[in-house]
Amino acid sequence: MKFVDEFRDRELGRGLAAAIAREALTSRRYQFMEFCGGHTHAISRYGVTDLLPANVRMIHGPGCPVCVLPIGRIDLAIGLALERGVILCSYGDTLRVPASNGRSLLRAKAEGGDVRMVYSATDALRIARENPAREVVFVAIGFETTTPPTALVIREAHATGVGNFSVLCNHVLTPAAIVNILQSPEVRTLGTVPLDGFVGPAHVSSIIGTEPYEFFAEEFRKPVVIAGFEPLDVMQAILMLVRQVNEGRAEVENQFHRVVNRTGNLKAQALVAEVFELRRAFEWRGLGTVPYSALAIRCSFAAHDAERRFQLEYQPVPDNKACECGAILRGLKRPIDCRLFGGACTPETPMGSCMVSSEGACAAHYSYGRFRDRPAAADATVCAVEQA
Amino acid sequence: MSAVSRPLYQRPLDFKRGRVELAHGAGGRATAQLVEELFLAAFDNPWLRTQNDAASMPRPAGRLVMATDSHVVSPLFFPGGDIGSLSVHGTINDVAMAGGRPLYLAAGFVLEEGFPLADLRRIVLSMAAAANAAGVPIVTGDTKVVEQGKGDGVYITTTGIGVVPEGIVLDGAAAREGDAIFVSGTIGDHGVAIMSKRENLEFDTEILSDSAALHGMVDALLAACPRTRVLRDPTRGGLATTLNEIARQSGVGMMLEERAIPVKPAVAAACEFLGLDPLYVANEGKLIAIVPREDAPALLAALRAHPQGRDSALIGQVTRDADHFVQMTTTLGGRRVVDWLTGDQLPRIC
Repeated sequence: MKFVDEFRDRELGRGLAAAIAREALTSRRYQFMEFCGGHTHAISRYGVTDLLPANVRMIHGPGCPVCVLPIGRIDLAIGLALERGVILCSYGDTLRVPASNGRSLLRAKAEGGDVRMVYSATDALRIARENPAREVVFVAIGFETTTPPTALVIREAHATGVGNFSVLCNHVLTPAAIVNILQSPEVRTLGTVPLDGFVGPAHVSSIIGTEPYEFFAEEFRKPVVIAGFEPLDVMQAILMLVRQVNEGRAEVENQFHRVVNRTGNLKAQALVAEVFELRRAFEWRGLGTVPYSALAIRCSFAAHDAERRFQLEYQPVPDNKACECGAILRGLKRPIDCRLFGGACTPETPMGSCMVSSEGACAAHYSYGRFRDRPAAADATVCAVEQA
Repeated sequence: MSAVSRPLYQRPLDFKRGRVELAHGAGGRATAQLVEELFLAAFDNPWLRTQNDAASMPRPAGRLVMATDSHVVSPLFFPGGDIGSLSVHGTINDVAMAGGRPLYLAAGFVLEEGFPLADLRRIVLSMAAAANAAGVPIVTGDTKVVEQGKGDGVYITTTGIGVVPEGIVLDGAAAREGDAIFVSGTIGDHGVAIMSKRENLEFDTEILSDSAALHGMVDALLAACPRTRVLRDPTRGGLATTLNEIARQSGVGMMLEERAIPVKPAVAAACEFLGLDPLYVANEGKLIAIVPREDAPALLAALRAHPQGRDSALIGQVTRDADHFVQMTTTLGGRRVVDWLTGDQLPRIC
């Protein structure tokens, strides 16, 4: 497939791997966090780790929208579906996130709730138009990339008077989460998570640009490379980070020139600013309450804000005590360090949110990489298959 | 003339504007009429013509195999096929994957009240054409009707019986370390054809379902390679899930080479933006064959010589692995597990 295969090419991958191995100093370790679940998925799906030298390690960050969605927010959505009888629309992965009492939106659907999977916010608005006698709520999740489409449907519902359509807004912000991680005691003072730099998500920067990262690259002295989501993009970003570390630089660099620039998409930013405002605080699974890290719908669109429309009150719910999602999302622990991983918690029966989406650190490791957890001797004879 | 002596006149079914009614499933005259004017007319064969509740036939020599498959696909009509042809192909393939030459089919219909008779006729004619082309008669059947809103148009269950030639033993538990793993063509076509119809996706070239009866190709490959160990059609859950089933049954692992797995560019593109992995997307006209390594060249030649197997490829080999992992060398050259399908990626695909 054109414009895709080139970015997954084995020969080019080998070339980049050789460059990383050549330039990474054997005298030190390099630990980089890929913030975004899309990168986590690409790294696991293509086995990028196999091509990196042993002293370059990737830490999976919290940039997976369903992973950071706290139980209480899913409970609100389940309540809308089961107690208020609304048609509840959301993206596929959201439906599987575990909530209170062993429930999820999928379970709520099996219990009789009208829960529908949609591919886009526009589909949810269409469902509202087709069902004027029913309340339709779109559970909006995601980082800056998915925010403009939500803003667009809210504005359109408002302009065209679709009175039965509202949005349960869970949109969150990338820079706020990264700052939270950098300010955590583990990174700042204890040094338990030595972070040498970040791979930043290109899709987010296609909206917000690279500029918002400049502050903390300087403030925290951590290099950032904004990278695309193909495996070669990620590998090139890793090479750029290794170079910055070696040269003592802490800059924001842009690997994804084919889309991203410094200022981002100004039209999309204006649209988001028109419809949304900053929340004073928002609870993230794993990170806890993070100030100014999420968006709420502005008063002028209150009729389309499900929280106001149904007078919802948020009740925080603690995660399962044994679940290590919080520590994993902050890079403190690896999936295998959690005693639920692969036993009680699998992609079929996720207990923690990191096991839900294939972008979650646990699900990605379970689905793609768990052969790495076994001793070398137990690993099967692996031979390249001779082409017939 | 008295009413008793008048010649009986029954108004024929209106296949233009008529709809399925509850009476069509009640077992009375309306049922008999639907059977005669639609099913019997389309599937016509000596067994159905007897109009008995069961078909009666002599016992064939050899080991029998039997398979059944229910079809609930949505939409009922999709590029490259419909629920009718799919219900014939699906069961024939299940029989063929056990090494059976399919002999007879039975068909059960659950119809929803109000379903247009024109659509039902189109489906039944498509079934008849598929059964004729495959040379496998539909010898008995059943029709039930459920109230409007309690079904979704048509559900079809088909059952097939076949006989296994002497000397052929196929078993999902028979894969051994070192065996070669083949797939008979491009993967993901059926699932993407269904999704593109559901999501109104348009491509330069329309993606068609690969729905097809594979018993002819199975005959050819078993003739070339009678020691074939496993045959299976990777339907729901796709290639990945089917290989995991076999790995677990046989107590082995597998190592695949991603670059060797054939995928049509349009299917790959559709999967990219639907967020699907073609390895997990359903096929309805492909098979996986696992054979001893020595037989690999003969098998590949036989597969590629058959019109349905032109794109066949050697995609990997069976390994010793206590965890029964199916693994893959990715296009990039890294390694990954190819796990079972999680959840329900594409509901009602067949």
